[in-house]
Amino acid sequence: MTHHQSDQEPDVAIVGGGLMGACVAWGLARQGLRVCVLDEGDVALRASRANFALIWVQGKGIGFPAYAAWTKASAEAWPRLAAELRSETGINVGLDQPGGFTLCLSDRELQANVDMMARLHNQPGTVTYPYEILDHAQTKARMPATGPDVSGSIYCPLDGHVNSLRLFRALHAALKAHSVDYRADHAVTAIEPRAGGFALTGAWGEMRAAKVVLAAGLGNARLAPMVGLEAPMKPSRGQIIVTEKAAPFLRYPVVTVRQTDEGGVMIGDSEEADGSSLRVDHSISSVMADRAIRMFPLLGDLNVVRTWTAFRVMTPDGSPVYEQSETCPGAFVAMAHSGVTLAPQHAFSLADYIATGTIPKEVAVFSTRRFRVPASV
Amino acid sequence: MFRRLSDRASGEITFTFDGRPITASAGDSVAAALLAAGVRACRTTPVSGAPRGPYCMMGVCFECLVRIDGMDNRQGCLVTVQEGMRVESQRGSRTLTPEPAQ
Repeated sequence: MTHHQSDQEPDVAIVGGGLMGACVAWGLARQGLRVCVLDEGDVALRASRANFALIWVQGKGIGFPAYAAWTKASAEAWPRLAAELRSETGINVGLDQPGGFTLCLSDRELQANVDMMARLHNQPGTVTYPYEILDHAQTKARMPATGPDVSGSIYCPLDGHVNSLRLFRALHAALKAHSVDYRADHAVTAIEPRAGGFALTGAWGEMRAAKVVLAAGLGNARLAPMVGLEAPMKPSRGQIIVTEKAAPFLRYPVVTVRQTDEGGVMIGDSEEADGSSLRVDHSISSVMADRAIRMFPLLGDLNVVRTWTAFRVMTPDGSPVYEQSETCPGAFVAMAHSGVTLAPQHAFSLADYIATGTIPKEVAVFSTRRFRVPASV
Repeated sequence: MFRRLSDRASGEITFTFDGRPITASAGDSVAAALLAAGVRACRTTPVSGAPRGPYCMMGVCFECLVRIDGMDNRQGCLVTVQEGMRVESQRGSRTLTPEPAQ
């Protein structure tokens, strides 16, 4: 392994060291490129440390079949990602893909989800995948903790979850093993195209790099216009409740409730159009807790040990954005709210496109150009 | 390691820890009574099984978890010890029964 001096100009500077930035940095470093990650540090909003850690396929891609295909392929590539991280770092990221459930608390809710899955699979040219519609008894047979208020569920065998904090740690350990120059407390304030590359500046000084990748989450909105890109987002706030650790009782992840590999139960999936405050709103967390207890009544005995809120990196249509600047080639923007589900795509595929300098046609559909044309009906 | 302050000794009460009788002072928290009696570890962690004992004494660290009168995962520092209380080590994570009592 070659050792890169930190004062040497990197081939690629990545702005942001969350799951997106770390996946891309790892993928590029594995190809032998000199990579520098400029990370804001612990003051960052860091969706990567607040997420729900699902690897989720079911329900994604309505109105955008390419997103369904991209997501499905990512879930299928997860075992490879977990295995390679483990062999490089010794860290077990707790990958578990037993399939996942959407639990419905009324017949109307169940019908809405059944209709949605049918619409998704009826789109022309979309990928299809197996899923099952289960009634109350069938659901309870697979998850004995299911409560009487559950009308039914949708089960998709491709879904799963992971320990996302260990994933984050494994990626950063892998970056270190590949001599990636990771710099915390390096918020980037300006990026300027220069001959043959870019100059990135912050309170810490200046750095030049041949290519730059914007993986700064919400920060992309400010940075993208500096290199002829756009990073449109809508405010999306989510809350999560975490309980004390309990002995395993829930074999499968549910889209709003999952038991982690260490025993704690996470309750999540709220969404508010709020981009201003990270204060926990207990009128929302109480509804989340109530619905979770109706799904699994035994949760009512568990103590809550933490609650938190975070902002999702949410594009206007909820699908990821990957784009190379037309006016400043070599500058890329990458953003997705599904940083866990899509981690393999970002580490294996997106990193390749950035290394070669070309985003292939089938992935170029994720550019922001889709927001500037009238939606097809 | 811990010595009781003279003004913190009042009426004696007796409780058990893992079946062993322990004498405490009225008003003690369970965690304080355990420390005063020389108990250093009152639980094992769910992840690695490491022994742990009371630490912050103010409800934040969750290191003093014990089973009290049959209920798992009580924070010993937030519960006042009572005469005849049955306190037990919290071994790993609490258990939930899949079929809750109706």
